[in-house]
Amino acid sequence: MSMLRVEDLGVSISTISPLSGVSFDLERGEIIGIVGESGSGKSLTAMSVMGLLPLIGGQVDHGKIEFDGIELTGISENEYRKLRGGRIGLITQNPMTSLDPLKKIGPQVDDVSRLHLDHDKSQAKARTIELLGDLRIPEPASIYHLYPHQMSGGMKQRIVIAMALAADPDLLIADEPTTALDVTVQAQIIRLLGDLVKQRNLSLVLITHDMSVVAQTCDKVMVMYAGTAIERGRVQDIFKSPRHPYTKALIGCIPHGLSKTVRLKGIEGTVPGVAQYPAGCRFHPRCGLAEDICKETVPAFDTAGSRAAACHFALGTAQ
Amino acid sequence: MILKYSIQRLLMIIPVSLAISVVIFLIVHLLPGDPIDNLIRVGSSPEDRIALTAKYGLDQPLITQYFLWIGQIMTGDFGQAIVLRRPVADLIAQNLPYSLQLGGLAFLFSSIVGIILGTVAWASRNTWGEQLVKGFILLGSTVPGFWLALLMILLFAVNLGWFPVSGARDWTALVLPVLTIGFGGIALVARVTRVALLDVGKQDFITLLHAKGLSRTAILFKHLIPHALLPVVTILALRIGWILGGAVTVEFVFGRPGLGSLLIRALGQRDYPVVQGSLLMLALAVMIGTLIGDIAQAAMDPRIREATK
Repeated sequence: MSMLRVEDLGVSISTISPLSGVSFDLERGEIIGIVGESGSGKSLTAMSVMGLLPLIGGQVDHGKIEFDGIELTGISENEYRKLRGGRIGLITQNPMTSLDPLKKIGPQVDDVSRLHLDHDKSQAKARTIELLGDLRIPEPASIYHLYPHQMSGGMKQRIVIAMALAADPDLLIADEPTTALDVTVQAQIIRLLGDLVKQRNLSLVLITHDMSVVAQTCDKVMVMYAGTAIERGRVQDIFKSPRHPYTKALIGCIPHGLSKTVRLKGIEGTVPGVAQYPAGCRFHPRCGLAEDICKETVPAFDTAGSRAAACHFALGTAQ
Repeated sequence: MILKYSIQRLLMIIPVSLAISVVIFLIVHLLPGDPIDNLIRVGSSPEDRIALTAKYGLDQPLITQYFLWIGQIMTGDFGQAIVLRRPVADLIAQNLPYSLQLGGLAFLFSSIVGIILGTVAWASRNTWGEQLVKGFILLGSTVPGFWLALLMILLFAVNLGWFPVSGARDWTALVLPVLTIGFGGIALVARVTRVALLDVGKQDFITLLHAKGLSRTAILFKHLIPHALLPVVTILALRIGWILGGAVTVEFVFGRPGLGSLLIRALGQRDYPVVQGSLLMLALAVMIGTLIGDIAQAAMDPRIREATK
């Protein structure tokens, strides 16, 4: 059974539908990378799985989210609360603003094990200090009593990770966990996440806009564009033979080595906003291969199977 | 750490008070007219006026008068009222309790109800409940106190007869003035609370608290409200001084004694020592209010504590 299976997920916020047609699945111990530019719907996918859409006034419109055999789209808020923090941990983008600045960091981590593992105050504290040590935080017992503003960004992100891990979850969702950090710290955090997945046999959804991070750490990848999934597959397959022109262009954007003669490629144009999603394939205005059919018909995206590409002219397949 | 900060801030009050005393003294003495106008009998000769002026030391250079006054204040002596012919300290001591009673109750009432109302408005956002509270906030911040006071007297005192029309005999006489002053205060506090909650609610760490599995109630009481109280404390601190001296129109309509009423009467008679003394007291109240607000903020927010080290 898959740890997480998302099938044809669609989200609506009042009258707009910023997310549709997202399908992927994730086994225990696997890492899936969800990549795309800003506004492509990566974070909305994460919020949907966490059941936090009501916070931004949204709701799951259609499709399924199955976590370890439990269908999440229908369950009550109380049941969802037990999963959140308990079996699904979230790591957010900006560690600078992710901790309550008025509270010491230790008790903020304690909350999780007290809530989900029924730990009392001293048990929770002992667990937090042990966990901070596991995450390679020096002197965890004294760090426990610090306030968030007394720590560096990288340290705070480790605290956020500790919070996500405190109740021994099965699934972690990391929403651009390194975007707000220094380059040197980025590598440390990504390596830490990779190690945690191996040590604890976790499943990880890693949301990023960095294709090179995906190449280094992920088993699977799903590429998103303008609020929909456009390609999915195993990392080695996608990087060797991308089928969607957008995926191909994204891979072309990864800088290689120090060669001075090669100018980095970009992708012409910008991602359209929710109100300006074009009819047909949403990528067609920026696509070199676009024909009339692309302007009219939305290309299908398989909900099952390990490999899918939403393109009428998927590359490398027999037409 | 907070103690050291508090003492530092307390000591700062001394130089600030001295500077304020100069401003108060100059403004009072630069006003046209003097207390002798109110003292002298009709038909007195210019010689009588000169004699009276000299009697109260008003013929001396301003700078001498200032130092005489401030010297007295330093020894705890507020001087003698010229027109009212009583010690200024007595006048203040007589009026201050009424102001403290009214101001204190109105302050408590408006803070508590305002915070609750602001939270209700926030919790019922995007429903008719929010519109209702927003309407009340608009009303409360635009209706002038004296007009509301008259309306209350008409309804609750004259027509229904529940409370006395005026005076300060017992606690029943306090109800209408407290409600009047409290009304505007509630609107102010509710507005600041609501906006602060909306603001904090958008922060990333609130999303993460939900992601930890905390209930909405726990998030509201343990995280949202403590944050929202920071700006609320700031405006409440500023209101402490205002509520003591600024309630003067309400005091007037309800015929209550108080620091504000004393000040207005003394100002009309140019009774210099009384005006100066009560203004100084009000300035002190504003400073102490701000001080309490700052200490409360430092106690609530570790980032501010850090900055004050």
